[in-house]
Amino acid sequence: MKSEVSFVRALAIQRRVLHALMMREVITRFGRQNLGVLWVFVEPMIFTLGVAALWIAADMHHGSNIPIVAFAITGYSSVLLWRNCTNHSIGAIAANQSLLYHRNVRVIDVFLIRSILEIAGATTSFAVLSIVFIAIGWMAPPINTLQVMFGWFMLAWFGTALALLIGAATAYSDIVEKLWGPAAYLLFPLSGAAYMVDWLPTAMQKYVLLLPMVHGVEILREGYFGNVVRTHYDVGYMASICLLLTLAGLLTVREAGLKVETR
Amino acid sequence: MISVENVSKTYDTRFGPRTVLDRVNFTLERGRNVGIIGRNGAGKSTLIRLLSGAEHPTAGRIVRRMSVSWPLAFGGAFQPHLTGLDNLKFISRVYGVDYRPLVGFVEDFTELGIYFREPVLHYSQGMLTRLAFALSMAIEFDCFLIDEAMMAGDQRFHDRCTYELFQKRKDRAFILVTHDAEVVKAICQSACVLHEGKFYPFETVADAYDFYQTHTVQAPPPNENPA
Repeated sequence: MKSEVSFVRALAIQRRVLHALMMREVITRFGRQNLGVLWVFVEPMIFTLGVAALWIAADMHHGSNIPIVAFAITGYSSVLLWRNCTNHSIGAIAANQSLLYHRNVRVIDVFLIRSILEIAGATTSFAVLSIVFIAIGWMAPPINTLQVMFGWFMLAWFGTALALLIGAATAYSDIVEKLWGPAAYLLFPLSGAAYMVDWLPTAMQKYVLLLPMVHGVEILREGYFGNVVRTHYDVGYMASICLLLTLAGLLTVREAGLKVETR
Repeated sequence: MISVENVSKTYDTRFGPRTVLDRVNFTLERGRNVGIIGRNGAGKSTLIRLLSGAEHPTAGRIVRRMSVSWPLAFGGAFQPHLTGLDNLKFISRVYGVDYRPLVGFVEDFTELGIYFREPVLHYSQGMLTRLAFALSMAIEFDCFLIDEAMMAGDQRFHDRCTYELFQKRKDRAFILVTHDAEVVKAICQSACVLHEGKFYPFETVADAYDFYQTHTVQAPPPNENPA
């Protein structure tokens, strides 16, 4: 289809629509009562604190020399980052299909907004918890903050790409939605959040390293703990998988947009 | 100008594909209007959805060289937890206009009072319809899409809608779909009939009316037929 809209104008429209959808989504999800929009990071913070407390109690770092508090905070925050994006992408088209009557609103906008919101929440939660625990001395500051941010970025990319693919696929078949629940549950213990790859038997390492998010967590933890841990990751592999997921996700979103049925 | 070129729309059903619109063609210039008459199930709403861009044609294409509205008074996009004012802000952001100068008009037209700042879930059906229509009038378009079935209301509301649309905005284009041929007769310059997915254009409203009467309106049972 030929477009008569210049790229600059299209960009301005895109920005406006995302702003409008963001305000709508925030009020819809968090309301105006009590904490309101603050829930976007308070909820993941509560999750992370609870899970971290359990891990610390259970001594989940298996006697390694990694400080347990920072291990738990980096681990569970990573899970929330990629998993919440996908959780919230499911049913996103169905919940917003009546907005498609406004021609500037596209199916992809709905997914982007939900991912941006989840990434913002998980990032703020991680940052606030880290700063507070560093300030009170429960955690040491990261060795290489830039590398932590890079690992975090890779996980956010992975989460967004997976959200596009899974979210748009639910428009095709309910089975995807049904299967995502157990898949997310099973992927959590495998995702590298609760272990370091180095702790595993060598034979197992190459299998868990097939999972892209394991690489992201290893990058992040190497940035946080420095040489204390031996890490295993391949940035090229993770980037390739993310790129493939992004392309597949964009294609599925486009197809889902063409066949969407409004009421 | 809006031009509909060989547009077809097919939906998948459990009994195989079903063609709702079959190679529809027409164009409409700015300042002109057309009424599209059709029975329930003739494909009117589908055509409106395609024209607004909410759905995409299975084949053919729609070229828009003027701004086309969303279906007039469509309130389905209201989110229950948003207030009337929130919905005005949302629409304004999507279409890139400042909402502040519009508050007066919307408050005035909807007569919602304090409810303008209450969540939409507390609204009655009449309040929803008035808000939906007012928001449609808040954003200016070259061409308005009107599904007559969406504009239910009392006489006063009807009169005020008619004034806003056909008096104040008579320089625009309109596409009106309805099952009521009398409405088209009263308002439209030209008319078409949508019957079993096929599109029949006519020179005059009267011709369209005749075709609609003879081809699509079923004759009443004999005992009710006036002699």
